[in-house]
Formats: sequence, C-alpha cells, structure tokens
Amino acid sequence: MAVLSRRRRAITLAGVAALALAASACGSSSDSGSSNADKPECQPYSQYRVDKTKHVSIYATIRDTEAEKLEQSWKQFEDCTNIKIDYEGSGEFETQIKVRADGGQPPDIAVFPQPGLLATFAKSGQLKQLPASVQANLDKNWSKDWANYATVDGKVYGVPLGANVKSLVWYSPGLFKEKGYEVPKTWDEMIALSDKIAASGIQAWCAGIESGDATGWPATDWIEDIVLRDQGPDVYDQWVNHKIPFNDPKIFSAAERAATILKNPKYVGNPKTIVTTSFQEGGLPVKDKKCGMHRQANFYSNQWPKGTNVGPDGDVYAFYFPPVDPSKGKPVLVGGEFVSAFSDRDEVVKVQTYLASGEWANSKAKLGDWISANKSLDVSAVTGTIDKLSVQILQDPATVARFDGSDQMPAQVGSKSFWTGMTDWINGTKDTKQTLDYIESTWPK
Amino acid sequence: MDYDFSEDVAKIWPALMFMAGFIVVVGALLFVLDILPRWGRGKERLQMAGFLGPALVLLGIGLVYPLVRTVYLSFYDAGGDAFIGFDNYTWIFTNDDTLTMLRNTVLWVVCVPLFATGFGLLYAVLVDKARGEGIAKSLIFMPMAISLVGASIIWKFIYAYRDPGVEQIGLLNQILVWFGGEPQQFLSNEPGNTFYMIVILIWIQAGFAMVILSAAIKAIPAEIVEAARLDGANPWQMFWRVTMPSIRPAVVVVVVTITIATLKVFDIVRTMTGGQFKSSVLAVEMYNQAFRSYDDGKGSALAVLLFLLVVPIVIYQARQLRHRTEIR
Repeated sequence: MAVLSRRRRAITLAGVAALALAASACGSSSDSGSSNADKPECQPYSQYRVDKTKHVSIYATIRDTEAEKLEQSWKQFEDCTNIKIDYEGSGEFETQIKVRADGGQPPDIAVFPQPGLLATFAKSGQLKQLPASVQANLDKNWSKDWANYATVDGKVYGVPLGANVKSLVWYSPGLFKEKGYEVPKTWDEMIALSDKIAASGIQAWCAGIESGDATGWPATDWIEDIVLRDQGPDVYDQWVNHKIPFNDPKIFSAAERAATILKNPKYVGNPKTIVTTSFQEGGLPVKDKKCGMHRQANFYSNQWPKGTNVGPDGDVYAFYFPPVDPSKGKPVLVGGEFVSAFSDRDEVVKVQTYLASGEWANSKAKLGDWISANKSLDVSAVTGTIDKLSVQILQDPATVARFDGSDQMPAQVGSKSFWTGMTDWINGTKDTKQTLDYIESTWPK
Repeated sequence: MDYDFSEDVAKIWPALMFMAGFIVVVGALLFVLDILPRWGRGKERLQMAGFLGPALVLLGIGLVYPLVRTVYLSFYDAGGDAFIGFDNYTWIFTNDDTLTMLRNTVLWVVCVPLFATGFGLLYAVLVDKARGEGIAKSLIFMPMAISLVGASIIWKFIYAYRDPGVEQIGLLNQILVWFGGEPQQFLSNEPGNTFYMIVILIWIQAGFAMVILSAAIKAIPAEIVEAARLDGANPWQMFWRVTMPSIRPAVVVVVVTITIATLKVFDIVRTMTGGQFKSSVLAVEMYNQAFRSYDDGKGSALAVLLFLLVVPIVIYQARQLRHRTEIR
C-alpha cells in the first residue's frame, strides 16, 4: 500500500476516532443500569435488583400496540434492576410454544392465554411450580377462583396477568334513546327487547365468529355464558371438568337457549352469514345503528373505528349480559392470561414476582385499555369507560366469576372440536344434538 | 426494543474464529481425501466413505431418525406414554371427520394433476409458435411466482361474502349480483368449498405444467413433424400420434411432481378455511392433531399415512428416470 497522503491520514484518523467514540458510547450504555439504581424512583425496585445485566425472555400472544404498552409498563423496572426483558409476542403462540418447549428451547416465561394449555405443560413437568415470593403475591392479590385456574394436581404454576370480562352486550346508546329502549336487567326483558327491535325493522342481534383457523371461538363464549345463566356455576364447573358429559341434557337446554338468539332468523337475519363474518367486524353495525346488540368481551372496544366515542352517552357502550334468574347472583364469564416460568433462575423469579405485584398492575393500567383481576389494582388508575365498567363487574361482591370454559378444556376439545362444532352448528350442517354428541365424542378418554 | 450492539461485539470474534477453523478443517480433510488413492491400493473405499459419510450422517439425522421416531410415535397415545397398537390408524379410517378429510384429499389428488396438466398442455399446444407466445406464456406462468399463502389471500378476497343487503367486496359475488343472482358463501358450504380451493392450486400449477410441456414440444425433432405433415396428418392426428408420444416422459414428470405437491397441500386450506367446514386435507389434519390438539400419536399416524402415499409415486418416478437413461 502506498503511503497515505496527509489529508487521507487525517480522514482515517477521524474515522477511527469516531468509531472509538461510538464504541465507548455503546459501552457506557450497558453499565448505566447500576448508576440508575441509586435514583429515588428506583427505590421501590431495590428488592429486584441484580448486580450484572441479566436477560429474561418472555413469550406471549400479545402483539402490536398492546405489546408496546407491555414493554413500556416494565421499562422502569428494567432500568432500575439491570434485568432486561426480551419480549416476543406471536400470533402462533399456541402451536409454537410446544415446538419450542419440546425442542428444548422454551422461553424463560410464557404467558398462557388458556389454563388448559398451561396444564398440559405443567403435567409434562416442563413448568416450574411458583416460587415462594410469587406465591405470596398471588395469595395477596387474587381471589381463590383466579388462583385455582392455574393449579394442576394441587400445585400452582401460574399467576394471572390481564383479565377480560366476556359477559357484555354492546349497544348504541343513541339508538336506545331514539327508540326509548331500556337496558334489560333480565333474560326475559332482553328477549322482549329483541322482539321490539326486530319489529322496528332493525336487526336485533349481530355476531361474527370467523377468526382464521380459530373460527368458532366467539360462539363457544356464547354457549359458556348461557350455561352459566341457564344452569348455574356448579353445573358449569362439572361440564368444564367433564364430570358430566358434553351432551348432557342440561347443556342441551343451554345450547337450545343460545339457539333462540344465534340461530333465530328473526333476530340475526341469515344465521349462515355469522360463520363468514369476522369476529372483528361482527359488532360494527351496532355503531351505525343497523343492529341492536352484540355480545362480546370488553376487549372488543379495540375494534371500533378511530374516533368512536365509547361511553354511556357515546356512540357505543355495553351492558352486563343479564342473568336468567337475578336472585341467584350475577354470573360473569371471564378470560385472561397466566404467567408461568420454564426456568427458576433468580432473575426469572424476580420478573415473575414483579408481574404479580400491585405496582406492576397499576403501572400497566395507567397506559390504558387493560384491566386485571388483581385486587391491588386501583380503579382510579383504569382509564377507559368500558374498562372501568369491567373492573366494577369483577369487583362486585354479587359477581360469580367463571373462567372461559373452552380455554380450560383439553386442547382436542377446547381449541378444536368445540370451535368446529359451533361453526357447523351455526352453519346449520349439524343440529344441537348432533353438535353436542360430536364434541362429546372427541373428548380424550 | 433497544438493541445494544456492544453486548454482541464480544460474540463476533468467537464466531469468526469458529468459521475460520471450520474452513481449515474441512479444507484439510478434502485435500487428504483427494490425494488418498495415491498412497496405496485399497484406499478408494476410505475415500468413498470420507466423501459420502457426512451426507449420510446428515440424512440419518434429518430424515431417517425423524421417520423412525414418527412411526414409533404413531403407535403411542397423545402424550407418547402408552402403547396403543393400531388405534391411531383405526381412528383415521373410522372417524367421520377423518373420512371426510380422506375424501377431500382424494378429490385434490385427482383433480389438481389432471386439470393442471390438461390446461398446461392445451395452452402449450395452442400458443406454440403463435404470435406473442412469450407474453401469453408469462401470463400463465406468473401465478407460480406467488407464494401459496399469498395466492390464498388473493382468492379469499375473490370468494369473499357479504350479506345480500350490503355491498359485496368479493369479485365473484359482485358478478353474481350484477347478473341478478344471490351472493354465495363459497368457502363455508361443502363439498363446493373443496373445489373452489382446488381451483387455486390448478391456477398455480398450470403454469408449471405449461412451461415444462412447452419446452418438450419445442424439443420434438423437426423431421418427425415434417414427415407427419407430408403424410397428410391432420392437427388431431398430429397431436395424438406425434406430439403426445414424443412428450410422454415430460407429461409423466409433470403429473408426478404436481401429484406429490398436491398430496402435501397445506397452505391453501389452512389459509382459506383452517380445515373447517369439512374442507380439511391430510396435511392440515396432521398439523391440527399434532400442534393444536397436542395429540402426537394421531398426528404421527397421519404423517406416516401421507408418507406411505407419497412413496409409491416417488419410486415410480425414480424408475421412469432410470428407464429413460437406460434407453439413452
């Protein structure tokens, strides 16, 4: 190589210097954690602190905006404790978690949307039982019902993360006001209202159960909600745990009750269109006053177009899906996710403990569109109107909460034959008896 | 998430060292193997083992071991704990769902190779030596460039259904409405839905068939064609007596390739219906059983069945190939 000209040499030197600077800048950012730890806002996190930067991987179904909020919610925790959380959300979680775990590369922490799935991994011995510090937070912050969902053979494997309330019916307060409709308080009032709406030429109910290869799930929520109302929580528990068969006459009665709405052309138009209408679009006609009611969980609030005013006097709002017999309490169908660990490394336990704390729940709720059944959750921290309503329902002493049944049933039923069975049922290719017999026949022996 | 490069810098050196080491070791090995026969007699076998060994080991890990394990699992229950004999196989042939699935698979395997090859051949013959042949051929070949999932999403929109009351967003249903018909739910009514999905694979595979067959037609020696013409063969006779016999090997290759691809069809069905509405096929059911129902036994049994169906076709093709090389 020829000798560099002076100019060239200067440029080279500058380049080297810049690189060195950049490298040192990178270097300093990695140990900034330790200096952060002394700041006053890091005081609450002192118990979680580790000396050297450690990584904890979390794998879950939560994606996009919701995932960003999740990462935001533990940002301060990361800054103060030297624990870096590598979060990954996937729409294929249910299938990929098995591939990863069986392949020997499970995440440190998995967030299961279904207790049934969690139980599969607990039974195969891959999940770790809750460490003492996490168990303490679970006992402090959740009711026994919620703690039970992630309990397998008497051992606890998971802590609830978020929660959703499924027993809600969306409606248009504007339409109700115009026509002088009242929010129904009982099942019979709701049916009378449906008749009134249908008579006025508006579709009384709208629904959509198309959801890619999970098509059918919204209909399973309908059946579960109505089993809870038609038969009560005890029969519901027996049904979910297969103490009574899936095609028990009690379940048949509940399914027939569901059919009076879902398969009733007077209320829903052509029921067959329900199977090709996507879950996301299912309730949208409510906003345009083209449809009276839409039964869907609180998370449906994310589906309304931008600028929709959600509230008691807004474009859309929801009422509690009324009971058949109000004297027997308020049955509520709930759903949620559970945090379980495949590893018991110190930093993993610390993250688990933090996620089970009231501090985290409040930090997450402040970011909006999210609720939890965590008892330490401050209702004033909850932002959305629907979320407030949901938390009120969850914390109401009259509430009898039951977890989404299909999520607790074995995967062969809960995420397969129950879905396809419901699709065929609404599509009219199977009647109620055939549908229930079919699902019963797929229950693993 | 913020990415901290400095944490990864330290990992680059070991990686580079490892790569360099790998290249040196493999290079030395190949060199030694290459000059091995010069060192004396009987070293050829060693050389052969040296060259074939790595490939055999990889085949063993990647193909033979999974095969054995899948067959083994297919005789066990969902969790792979209890031996249950042929129960999983009995289940395949006695259950309503799986019988529908087998019926659909047969429909696919019969229709797709037949129509894709048929259309491809017809098209290749018709545009042969016509004006604008290049453009005409690329039009048909273009769907080959689209991934199966992409194609499925395109067709999902074509088949999309909306209530008769509102505006249709699906092309087919809009056409139906223009002609005064009722919009149809193409994908949720069986057995029509299977045929509507078969159309997609034909649409994709016809291009492949057309390209191969067109090349074969062009390779027919001009003397034969000329001789036939002089003998007064009409186009019909030309096709059946000259073209077809000459391109027969190419037709076999095309049919066999498309048949194997069709047997393994997965993406289209999973994207369009997820196997619901009685439209499932073998590969989709296998995936659903293994990864959705967490039933390794049934999933493996379906995989073994798929394997058994593909093997005879592969053997046939291998024989054909050998047959042809022998003739030459």
